[in-house]
Amino acid sequence: MNQEREEATEATDTIDIWIAGTEERQFSPTDEGAQEISEHESDRRLDEQFGRVVTDDYVFDDEVGDDERMIVNMGPQHPSTHGVLRLQVELEGEIIRRTKPIIGYLHTGMEKTAEQLTFGQGPTNVTRMDYLAPLHCELAYSLAVERLLGVEVPERAKAIRVLMTELNRASSHLVALATNGMDIGAVSMMIYGFRERESILAFFEKTTGLRMNHNYIRPGGVAADLPAGWKDDVGDILENLPVRIQQYDDLLQNNPIWLSRTKGVGVISGEEATAFGITGPALRAAGVNWDIRKAFPYSGIEQYEFDVPVGEHGDVYDRYRVRVDEIHESLKIVEQVMDSMPKGDYRVDDRKVTPPPRARIDESMEALIHHFKLFTEGFKVPPGETYVAVESPRGELGCYLVSDGQARPYRMHTRAPSFANLQALPIAMGDSLMADTVATIASMDPVMGDVDR
Amino acid sequence: MTELHPVLADLFDGHEAAVVEDSHGQVVVRLDPPSWRPFAEAAKSAGFEVCVDVTAVDWMRQRPERFEVIANLLSMEHKLRLRMITALGRVDPKVDSLVPIWPGANFAEREVYDMFGIAFEGHPDLTRILMPDDWEGHPLRKDFAVGGVPVQFKASHQVD
Amino acid sequence: MATTAPGNLLMTTVDRAANWARTRSMFPATFGLACCAIEMMATGAAHYDLARFGMEVFRASPRQADLMIVAGRVSQKMAPVLRQVYDQMPDPKWVISMGACASTGGMFNNYALVQGVDQIVPVDIYVPGCPPGPQSLMHGILSLHDKIMSGEIKN
Repeated sequence: MNQEREEATEATDTIDIWIAGTEERQFSPTDEGAQEISEHESDRRLDEQFGRVVTDDYVFDDEVGDDERMIVNMGPQHPSTHGVLRLQVELEGEIIRRTKPIIGYLHTGMEKTAEQLTFGQGPTNVTRMDYLAPLHCELAYSLAVERLLGVEVPERAKAIRVLMTELNRASSHLVALATNGMDIGAVSMMIYGFRERESILAFFEKTTGLRMNHNYIRPGGVAADLPAGWKDDVGDILENLPVRIQQYDDLLQNNPIWLSRTKGVGVISGEEATAFGITGPALRAAGVNWDIRKAFPYSGIEQYEFDVPVGEHGDVYDRYRVRVDEIHESLKIVEQVMDSMPKGDYRVDDRKVTPPPRARIDESMEALIHHFKLFTEGFKVPPGETYVAVESPRGELGCYLVSDGQARPYRMHTRAPSFANLQALPIAMGDSLMADTVATIASMDPVMGDVDR
Repeated sequence: MTELHPVLADLFDGHEAAVVEDSHGQVVVRLDPPSWRPFAEAAKSAGFEVCVDVTAVDWMRQRPERFEVIANLLSMEHKLRLRMITALGRVDPKVDSLVPIWPGANFAEREVYDMFGIAFEGHPDLTRILMPDDWEGHPLRKDFAVGGVPVQFKASHQVD
Repeated sequence: MATTAPGNLLMTTVDRAANWARTRSMFPATFGLACCAIEMMATGAAHYDLARFGMEVFRASPRQADLMIVAGRVSQKMAPVLRQVYDQMPDPKWVISMGACASTGGMFNNYALVQGVDQIVPVDIYVPGCPPGPQSLMHGILSLHDKIMSGEIKN
């Protein structure tokens, strides 16, 4: 027993304390029992242990084995307000290696429904495809039907169409900026964007009857003439909008957070964009100067002077910049239309295509019969096929229409710009961070109604 | 027929099997399925950098060949549009895929496969894109019913 | 102190207090699908302000939400997802079916859409319109608040 106690006291003469990360193990304990730091410790190592030195271990070059990759599912219900897009992302740490967009969660069978509706009812269907730019969808459809019919709409109808679609471009870009800003973190952009949009939507409601999905641009012209006092309303919009958009620039243009989150992020080069069939602001931001309004003008838009903003790098910042500039250009066009609106009919005079004025129905039997036939059976379109494209806020929105001589389309297919733009997401998101995904998707501005139809 | 743009005239010179038409002012070329890919490659070299869209039409019994596959091309350099159309029979319709030439045709061809059942040889991932993966049938074919439900007014007394 | 509400429901003060708390801070879950989602966002924006009812915080996670506003058309592919999100919401929960497509399938009576979201989840309020303007949606939300306050809808 005594011998054990002697051995025990012998063993406690020197205390071996091991601190992780140090080689030396000789310490002499102080009276309080606290450890004294050995004199072999360097200052640098001490700083590291105390956390005063930060080493950046965020590297792209680390070789990680394949079994370290993780497949993560984003969506279809997720807070980014772009609708029901599902992304399967293969992650290596925080870096995205591969992406697969899965769509179809909003498939509405619109092309099948279009075969059941008459040509006059078509715009109600088509307008809900790209629901942020409904007038553009209606315009593409109406132009296709008019080409098959061989009618030419009057000048005033063309001018009204240009006015409405350019205002629609502005309101669509405002939503794009609002959601873009909110996704990146500038939450007040959401409020600003929708506040501006309300003034445009109020004008739309006054003219077409609805805030969204207007069913206003129909084959043969437009549904109704502009309301009295429209110049004042449009003048107010033209006055207030540029001032408000200046507020966005004040918020974002020189903001270092915005710049570092958008510059160099989600880059799509011009060749990639062309190969994937991307059109619209995403293509122009990559440096390719292509706008259907300049190349294949429609609806009399060649009379108005406007520029096409073109970016340089094809990153999120350039797309944002192109959209803001496009709002200004659209307002320029709206001003020119307002100053030079021609007088005349707002729809073509052909009674076989457009309904007669309501007052005539009381007076004329013929008018009554025309009205009846147009709204029950619909007008017949000669057989043929055509493809018409317009420049929607997202790119080339085309309508491929096949008729076999009946009152309903035989086949109506919409070439949706967002459908093609989404194909480039894997390229834009490759080898970038997960946090940049949200910025990239927001800047491509997909509208899932367009994608899935 | 109106005069053809020289680029188009050169393109058609090399392909005798192509039938050129004018459809409301647009140039349409009808091909047979074996010439689909060679003509597309020639069009790409002639300056048609963008394949805007690939779609299909189901003609049922109105035409001898049931399906038509349509590809819309665009040349930004020359500001031209061109439409390629080919006709396929109703049994096992198949045509070459345009994805090796224009990657942008990927989703469009998947949609045609999903909606019509037309197979594209050489497509990297020919699966359903809009309908659920286990859906049976091809919705845009004319023998696939619209699938609507009879409209019933819930408070009506005449509902059986 | 119990009071009677329409329908012969006896409510205690505790019930009334609980209903008051539930209606004054209902958190909607983001389930914006299509065009109605844009109108829902406009309702939350500055002009028609949902924040005055305590509801501008749209919770992305269904675990933190009370109210699911199904805004838009529900396709066949989306239906299981809808049901899953509904199941993930904790009680008490309510559903507003916003718009014609969510209520009855709308103008798209075809193979691709579920003809009315009440085939999948139980709906408390239907808001008609295509799309319903922000005022209609707010009327629907406030009607739901009234129904909860009066005890008509327990959960």
